Amino acid sequence: MIEEIYAERILDHYRNPRNYGKLKKYDVKARDVNIPCGDEIEIFVKMKGNKIGKIKFTGHGCAISQAAASILSEIAKDLPKKEIEKMSYEDFIKKHLKINITYRRFGCATLALRVLKNALKKL
Amino acid sequence: MLDMNKIKKDFPILRVKINGKRLVYLDNAATSQKPKQVIQKLVEYYECFNANIHRSIHTLGEMATEEFEKARKEVAKFINAKEEEIIFVKNCTEGLNLAAYTLAREIKSGNIVTSIMEHHSNFVPWQQLCIRKRMEFRVADINEDFTLNYEDLYSKINKRTRVIALTHVSNILGSINDIGKVAKEGGDAYFVVDAAQSAPHLKINVKKLDVDFLAFSAHKMFGPTGVGVLYVRKDVAERLNPFLYGGEMIKEVYITKTKWNKLPYKYEAGTPNIADVVAFGEAIRYLRRVGMNKVRAHDKKISKLALRELKNIRGLKLYGPTKVKDRIAIFSFNIKGIHSHDVAHILDSEGIAVRSGHGCAMPLMRRLGVNSVARASFYIYNDEKDLEALIKGIEKVKRVFKVD
Repeated sequence: MIEEIYAERILDHYRNPRNYGKLKKYDVKARDVNIPCGDEIEIFVKMKGNKIGKIKFTGHGCAISQAAASILSEIAKDLPKKEIEKMSYEDFIKKHLKINITYRRFGCATLALRVLKNALKKL
Repeated sequence: MLDMNKIKKDFPILRVKINGKRLVYLDNAATSQKPKQVIQKLVEYYECFNANIHRSIHTLGEMATEEFEKARKEVAKFINAKEEEIIFVKNCTEGLNLAAYTLAREIKSGNIVTSIMEHHSNFVPWQQLCIRKRMEFRVADINEDFTLNYEDLYSKINKRTRVIALTHVSNILGSINDIGKVAKEGGDAYFVVDAAQSAPHLKINVKKLDVDFLAFSAHKMFGPTGVGVLYVRKDVAERLNPFLYGGEMIKEVYITKTKWNKLPYKYEAGTPNIADVVAFGEAIRYLRRVGMNKVRAHDKKISKLALRELKNIRGLKLYGPTKVKDRIAIFSFNIKGIHSHDVAHILDSEGIAVRSGHGCAMPLMRRLGVNSVARASFYIYNDEKDLEALIKGIEKVKRVFKVD
């Protein structure tokens, strides 16, 4: 059912994204786009020791990509860097997005996590 | 009027169910479906006369060559060209690049004029050529009603203009450009036309249009993927140098020099896509049997209905002309607050196939002030029921997103 993908929680995060905006003071930032869709996400991270202290994102795109970025920003806060590094894309979708994503929307659902992983590589 | 029952029966894929629903295929501007006659021709080629062409003495080789050249004859007749002016390439994009690469050896300075509504394939080759040659790249704007701004275009053309590269029909807006008129105003510049979206829908007469190059793809007009056509006017084709070397384009080779084969072979290097060209010939025969006048009449009928229906949907913004005469049945739109990919995904749950994204026209997206659009594009097997399904589908999109 298509309604299951566009669950209340996803639509809420899409319309009211958490941690949306830029950080004035950050340790790393990264940006990427989804070539087929044009979805765009930029993430700013301020570390607190080995953990993610502050995280903000900006971007535009489909409900899935933007909700995923919002949800990621919530769960990533206070997580050790290592946890993000070893988090698999499949696990992120299953445990945190909690929706059924097929191949065609995989790129949308995982764009934010990919950007965050790339940002942390720069540390 | 088209015999819709008969036409629908010709396209086996229309029987396929998508998510348990009837397939409503509205992504024809990306690629069309194939009639059984074309599919059968492909099978016939591989089962009955597969051989390399032109230099075979054996029977199969002769049969394959004959069918291949028959396809060229069909294409030539279809656009009122001479056979030697029809060059088979792998798609419209390659045709446009061939034009850009061969012209690059001719021109040294000046400017190239194109429009903001171009597909990347008729924009980037010229932009890159200008960067390489330090030439000026001039881009004509569109009007508020999404038609080409001819005044702006003509103001950009001057005696230093070497190439005018223009699309016949916009793949996003559906706008039809008056190619014949631009050819008259264009002066001495080479005129290159992207006919990818027009060749499937409009009767094209290259002699009347008076263009130097015109490119289109087989797969958007019932043919297989992997075949494109580049029309090059004979005097231009004779004057310019070949694009790729080797194979049938060779006449004689010496240690220090090479002589080129005659037209059109001069531009066809290596073994071509024989099977798909042969099947494309069948696609052209199919279109000819239907009649391009009827194809256009059907397109107008659908456009009129679609414009009326889409106008009534609250929150829907249409990007394209509202007059039927200015357009073909390509409808790009956005629904307020909903991204085009979500629109396309929810429509798919109802069996409706539309495109979403930037449509390979990022400069146009920026001009329209959007990142992407959803696009429904119709062809001869689409009827009122398909339009009705689209309208209902859009209502569902709004329901899922809980917007009025």
